[in-house]
Order: sequence, then structure tokens, then C-alpha cells
Amino acid sequence: MQVPAPFDYVRATSVANALELLERHGPEARVIAGGHSLLPMMKLRLARPDWIIDINDVAELHALTEEPDELRVGALTRHAELLDSDVVGRLFPIIHDAERVIADPVVRNRGTIGGSLGQADPAEDLTTVCDVLHARIVIASPGGERVVDMADFHRGPYETACEQHELITEIRFPVRPRAGSAYEKVERRVGDWAVAAAGAALWMAEDGTVADATIGLTALGLEGPAVEAAAVLIGERPSEDLFAEAADLAAAASSPIEDQRGPVDYKRHLAAELTRRVLGRALDRAAHPAVA
Amino acid sequence: MQVTMTVNGTEVTRDVEPRILLVHYLRESLGLTGTHWGCDTSNCGTCVVLVDGEPVKSCTQLAAMTAGHEVTTVEGMADGATLDPVQQGFMEEHGLQCGFCTPGMMLTARALLDRNPDPAEDEIREAISGQICRCTGYATIVRSVQWAAAHPAAEGTTASEVPA
Repeated sequence: MQVPAPFDYVRATSVANALELLERHGPEARVIAGGHSLLPMMKLRLARPDWIIDINDVAELHALTEEPDELRVGALTRHAELLDSDVVGRLFPIIHDAERVIADPVVRNRGTIGGSLGQADPAEDLTTVCDVLHARIVIASPGGERVVDMADFHRGPYETACEQHELITEIRFPVRPRAGSAYEKVERRVGDWAVAAAGAALWMAEDGTVADATIGLTALGLEGPAVEAAAVLIGERPSEDLFAEAADLAAAASSPIEDQRGPVDYKRHLAAELTRRVLGRALDRAAHPAVA
Repeated sequence: MQVTMTVNGTEVTRDVEPRILLVHYLRESLGLTGTHWGCDTSNCGTCVVLVDGEPVKSCTQLAAMTAGHEVTTVEGMADGATLDPVQQGFMEEHGLQCGFCTPGMMLTARALLDRNPDPAEDEIREAISGQICRCTGYATIVRSVQWAAAHPAAEGTTASEVPA
């Protein structure tokens, strides 16, 4: 029977209260939301906090607000809620693509977007999605809050800009016109971590050329977006050849490792193939946006 | 710490350590052993219960986190002597073999039908995709859920007729 080592438990009632509790209980306190990363780690003694601060009652973290120029998603928003949201699917179909293949429906009832980004697992899907969508992360500190780009937020595997005494409170997705986005993952079986995955977003100019683009890879050893691959698209008219060129550059930028999920060559092949597919689907969606 | 929650409609309070998982609270503190405990790693889904009507893997939630919430276990599915249509469906369509995954499967099916009373086969398969049947009896599980969808107000078998 796997049970965590002993700890003390307290429920936060607000963001301010959570920050007070983090300060009071010091470096061995951990915040719990869905708990689907932290509790398994605690069972295995990979994490052994003295205090658990439960933020599940903090209603202010649990909002989804559509502003004219951005969608604001509270950190406590569950995967299942993102998948159920029509607004999310209309503005950012890449989020629905990814959420359909994150864990399984029961796990998605508990896991949260803030928890996923905070855990920063190298095979985690939403980090790539947030990279691709130029999301900004709101981090609350005792001194106030700051808003950081993904480039500053995500520092590498299991490491983010959110310090021990801070709390991720919101993720902001900028809304821009003529946008399309997509995500595709190859997994060994339902609910598994990615063998490899790719995401892309395209923002089209009125003349039908690509105004802006981002490409991101998951579980392929690349931190942050595939900048050079996206750069060849900008200012160009989309074509299969152009997408193939970008896909090859994305694969070249990847540095997958061989593990039980497959050899390097296979994963690099997936990087190219999945990038090509998501670019095509993103273009399709930019041309035929979902009806509001 | 004192943990109070509503389980199958009854408020219960037990004194447990904060580290106690919901599955063990149900099985050991309350004696509700219908909730099965399987892989311990959030993979197999045999420990699924409903928390506020949504399926949750009870091996990956602290009892303390569940305080103040409403939990439904397999013991709470029947209405007195009348089986839930999902339970009836599992009888009619042979939805169980060894029975180990059955409580979790039935609760997930109940939550699905509450949300979507007439699910397509692929929606049923998707709903139970986080749960493993070690007998690989998925075809009959899906048919059992379809039976329940087709008989929403089934004249349930009374509990006394259920073979022991």
C-alpha cells in the first residue's frame, strides 16, 4: 500500500491566505490542486512536504473570462472544464486537441492547468500549448502579482519562475484575428505520456500570407518553441512544400532521447510528421474558423 | 484530524491522519469495501467513486481534500431494494467477470448517463478509457451501459433477487 509520509494539512480560503500559509510554513510546504502529480510523487517519496496547502476552495482561481483581446483562465480550471468550454474550443482549438489526449477522462476531472504548468514535466502537453499560443502566466507574491511570458516562466524540466512563496493564479491567452491552431500527440496507449507531440499556431495576414507562426514540440528535448522552423513560414503563402520545410527544421531542432517509448530516429520522424500535420490543420482552421 | 463528508447521503466524521487517501478512508474507516483498491498509481481506475457527481480516482485524492463534499460509492447506487439501471444493465448484459473493476465502471457509467442519457458507443468507450478491466471484458461493459441508457427507469431487480 502506497501512502504518503506524514504531513500537516490546511485549506487556503483565498489567494492572499494561500500566500500567508506558504510564508508561514516555509520551504517544505507544497500547494495541492488536482494532486495527480504531487500525490503520486509523495507516495514514492520523490516529494516529502511537511505541509500541504489545499487551494481547491479558492474560488477566485476558478474563473474563465473572455476579454476582447485575451482569454483569462484561472489556474484551478480543470482539464475537463477546458475541454467542455465552447469559448476555449472556438478561440484556441489547440487546447481542445491537447486536452482530449491528456491522461484519461477521470484524471481530467481533477488535474488543473496551473498544476500542469507548475509541474513542468518534460512530456507535459499544456506547456507546449502555452508556448505556441504565447500565453502569459500570472504569479501572485506577497508583494503583489507579476505577469511573465512562457519564455521566462518555463525554465526547464520541473522548473518554473514560480518561487516557493508564490502561486500561479491565471493563464492569459492573447486573442488575435485570422488564427488557427492544432496539436497532435502519438502515445503508446490511451492516457500515456507522449512518445512525441507537436503543436502549431498560424496567424494569417489579410493577403493570405502567414503573418505570424509558432511551432512547439513535446517530449522531444526542445525547450521553448522551434523558432527557426516557424520563421520560414512568416511572410510566405502556405503550401505543402513550405510546411514540409518547416517540419524538417522542427525535427532538426529536436533532440529526443531513446527510451522505452522509442528510438531517436523514430521520435525525430514523428517531430517532422506531426509538425507537418498540425500546420495543415492550423491553416484549415484559420481559413474556416469555428462558428461562435 | 476530523474529516467530515457525506457518503451515500449520510454525513460521516472520522478522525484520520491527513495522509490517508480517500480510498482507504472509505474502505478502512467506513468499512465500505465495495470501492476497490488496485494499482495505487492513478492508472487502473478500479477505485473510482463519485465526488459531487464526478468520477474521481480515490487513490489520488486525500480524504482531507474530500471533507465537505458528497461521495457516492457502489454501496450508494441502489435505491433501497431497487438496483440502479446501470447495475441492472451489468446483470442483464454480463458486464462483469471477476468483478474487480465493476464498482468503478458502474459509477463512471452512472456519471456519464447523468450528463448524457443517450451516449454513442464511442462516448461510452471514451468515458471508461481511464479504467482497466483485467478480464478485458470491455464489450459487455459497453453493452451493459447501453442497456442502462435504453432502460432509464428500469424496473430494477430487488436486491434480494441478486445472486449472492
